[in-house]
Amino acid sequence: MGYVAIKGGGQAIEGAAEVLELLRTREGDAGAPLTLETIEKQLYFLHGRILSEGGLYHPKLASLAIKQSLGDTLEASFALRAYRSSKPRLLSTAPHGTENMRLIRRISASFKDIPGGQMLGPTTDYALRLLRMELIDETPEAFRERARTLLTNLPEEQVPDSFPKVLDSLRAQGLLPKPSSAAREPAFDITREPLIFPVPRSAALATMARAETGSLLAIAYSNMRGYGDVHPTVAELRVGYLPVMLAHPITGEATEIGEVLMTECEVVAMYEDDSDDGPSAPTFTLGYGACFGHNEVKAIAMAILDRALQKGRSDGPSNPSEDAEFVLLHIDGIDSMGFASHYKMPHYVTFQSDMDRLRTTQRKHQEASE
Amino acid sequence: MKKILEVKGLTQLYGKGCDLCFDATGPDKETNICPHCGSVVALHNLDFDLFKGEILGIMGESGSGKSTAVKCLYFDQAPYAGHAFFYDDDRQYDLFTLNPAQRRVLRNRRFGMVYQNPNLGLNFGISAGGNIAERLLMNQVSNYGDIRARARELLTRTEVLPERMDELPKNFSGGMQQRVQIAKALATRPPLLFLDEVTTGLDLSVQARILDLILEIQAELDTAMVVVTHDLGVIRLLAGRTLVMKYGRVIESGLTDQVLEDPQHAYTQKLVASAL
Amino acid sequence: MKQGIQFAFLDEYAKREIRRTVLKAIAIPGYQVPYSSREMPMGRGFGTGGLQLTLALVGLGDTVKVIDQGSDDSVNAVNLRKFIELTCPGVDTTTRLQEATLIQSRHRIPERPLRADQILVLQVPYPDALVIVEPSEDKRKVMHGEADYARLLVKLYEDIVKFDEITISHRYPTRINGHYIIDPSPIPRYDVPKLNDAPALMLFGAGREKKIYAVPPHTLAEPLAFDDVAFRVEDFTDEHGNRRACHLCGATDSFLDEFFDEHGDKLFQCSDSDYCTQRQEAGA
Repeated sequence: MGYVAIKGGGQAIEGAAEVLELLRTREGDAGAPLTLETIEKQLYFLHGRILSEGGLYHPKLASLAIKQSLGDTLEASFALRAYRSSKPRLLSTAPHGTENMRLIRRISASFKDIPGGQMLGPTTDYALRLLRMELIDETPEAFRERARTLLTNLPEEQVPDSFPKVLDSLRAQGLLPKPSSAAREPAFDITREPLIFPVPRSAALATMARAETGSLLAIAYSNMRGYGDVHPTVAELRVGYLPVMLAHPITGEATEIGEVLMTECEVVAMYEDDSDDGPSAPTFTLGYGACFGHNEVKAIAMAILDRALQKGRSDGPSNPSEDAEFVLLHIDGIDSMGFASHYKMPHYVTFQSDMDRLRTTQRKHQEASE
Repeated sequence: MKKILEVKGLTQLYGKGCDLCFDATGPDKETNICPHCGSVVALHNLDFDLFKGEILGIMGESGSGKSTAVKCLYFDQAPYAGHAFFYDDDRQYDLFTLNPAQRRVLRNRRFGMVYQNPNLGLNFGISAGGNIAERLLMNQVSNYGDIRARARELLTRTEVLPERMDELPKNFSGGMQQRVQIAKALATRPPLLFLDEVTTGLDLSVQARILDLILEIQAELDTAMVVVTHDLGVIRLLAGRTLVMKYGRVIESGLTDQVLEDPQHAYTQKLVASAL
Repeated sequence: MKQGIQFAFLDEYAKREIRRTVLKAIAIPGYQVPYSSREMPMGRGFGTGGLQLTLALVGLGDTVKVIDQGSDDSVNAVNLRKFIELTCPGVDTTTRLQEATLIQSRHRIPERPLRADQILVLQVPYPDALVIVEPSEDKRKVMHGEADYARLLVKLYEDIVKFDEITISHRYPTRINGHYIIDPSPIPRYDVPKLNDAPALMLFGAGREKKIYAVPPHTLAEPLAFDDVAFRVEDFTDEHGNRRACHLCGATDSFLDEFFDEHGDKLFQCSDSDYCTQRQEAGA
């Protein structure tokens, strides 16, 4: 086997990897490695974010990605996404509705009360963001005691297995548009087909579902603040575990093969008086956001941008958040961080070329002024 | 006299449209907004012919549809209905059936357009000379020296100081921006030129000079022109024949002298009488 | 390598798509063919486009050379070569150009002419030469389709007006086969003439932008210029009008890196490290 001998550059790269490992393990004798379980449980929101931005629902590997990246969300998502890209595609499921999600949280801002009730679940929405100093010296005993206490003597209330969708009641009242003909087309696969604009709504949603949270939020925020015209109300936000159903290879019966933790947000926006399929009575318009993991800000931002992009598609974009090219090409964390980082690579040949140009024009400028 | 442009039944409608739109709008209904569906009938059944080397005036107040007509012919908008035929020597083009590539060729090489707002006709990010170069470069001119010479020639002809050729148009006065637009429009020696309210908003003396310039160019190059304006003075000076429009329809047409000296329609009479 | 990762890392579907994309690119010289670019274990911007091409094309018996800024030892080249060695057992790697069947390069075309049995893969950050005058990809597609490059040419015009020179240094817009204008990647102007009528196939891979394009063998490649303002390569003459030479091998026909040594003296050295090494071995 003929290989090139390792010289200076190669040694530098190995050294860099070693120093990074030292950063990770420098607690030394005083420390203990993070377990994948700890990352998934105690860094719950971070973990969910990596699941969603990596675009692969693999809780164990998402934890590993976080662990090896020392908590860098862009790097961790990248590692998970790169792993995904090496896996073959085995099967596809049929499209899933989310009515039978096993919910841990479910609220609506559109109504004071909804069938099934407003279930706050685990949320920081109404928490006071005061630093909990008592957690500074939390002992392992105190930690274990917390869960034990919280789980004993739970009240006997029965929570229904599933909750109806708020939008279904709005739909029954004729306030929502009928699903368009495009809804029956197969979903666009962004991992198999390149984006060629204009793209269908399913391509936009898929791109946003694994977008970097901050990028998505910033653009959605610009729309909320006034650059756009969406005026959304959250019809329903739900967080829970969606059973994943696959047809049994022999009987063909839909069988549950597992569940994924996900967040879903449905937003209702200002009404329009015609739809894609022809003139009809005015209705509200909808925006939809969904992602792996528990990430509400991302789902809400996504729903707002979904609406904005739909508007941009039919009326022409009047601001960047309605421009599909602008939004969809700049929200992928792996693409953007890669390119930002690449500026650190050697560019001395191109720089040499730039210097040549500048020197020539300087010389001409000199000659002209003499 | 050779015909260069033939427009038949040119119609433009904004909005949903309904069966009653055309009957419910027009000068006798004193509106171009359909009371039933709210659509705007900007233009209905405009017919006219233009001959080689002739200047046709289209006169009317705002909302008359005069600018809409020209925007359709220059492919800035697609019309609701109608046909237009462009005769270019031995070729004939059915304008509204052309594909985007064909439209682009005509826009670049055979038509010129000067807008009221220089922002529409000029690229403010490049120099005055660069604007003209852009038009020439669309036509496969590949010699830098030739491009410079032609741009200088055109700008000199339209009385823009050649020293200012490399400046950005945003530093120019309104009148000079219009001159650059005219130079740019003429760069490819088009046989047909559209001028949409080109002197509106300029000082009177500047207007006068630009109008003179247009006449001189017309005499030199034998360019056919469609001049759109609300200003009687411009019509009187430039146009040999005139159409008077109101609420999207032509209400009077004929030789300019006749239309202005002996207007038949009450509206035309009002316009002529109210001219300062 | 852990079990379950196939030869050359990419799954067969991905390789098939890339190969089909390459065929289309060769059939339409200079046209940017979109493809669903896969994420690689190195960052976007670090050569994932070039790498996907290499991985889709490489096979047993191939010998691969990887260079960055002309050098086999540059960190990016080292990293990519390591990955190829790891994922492609049975494929040799080399620094010597003559031994290579596939060369992946960032920012340079090797000095020595390529052969018909060699393929050059260039790493591309910006596939579209029109991106400097039009940000919308949708609009650029129409401009390419209609060969409407007037706005790009105006940019050159404005350059000459301002500086009496075309100031584009690298990524020089080049017209392929008389129609599509490409961004030939950040190679210096010095390397642009090597694209014209070359015996080898030149492939361009943009991973982040998800495009592949090609200059097939013996294809016309003309850098944009005016009849009377010629295209010029970088100038390596010193104050006395002599063409500078590499301080290591003495070559006066290669692109030179300029740098300062520990004493603060300015030195010039071949950017193409293999070219320089072989010249030194031959006792030049």
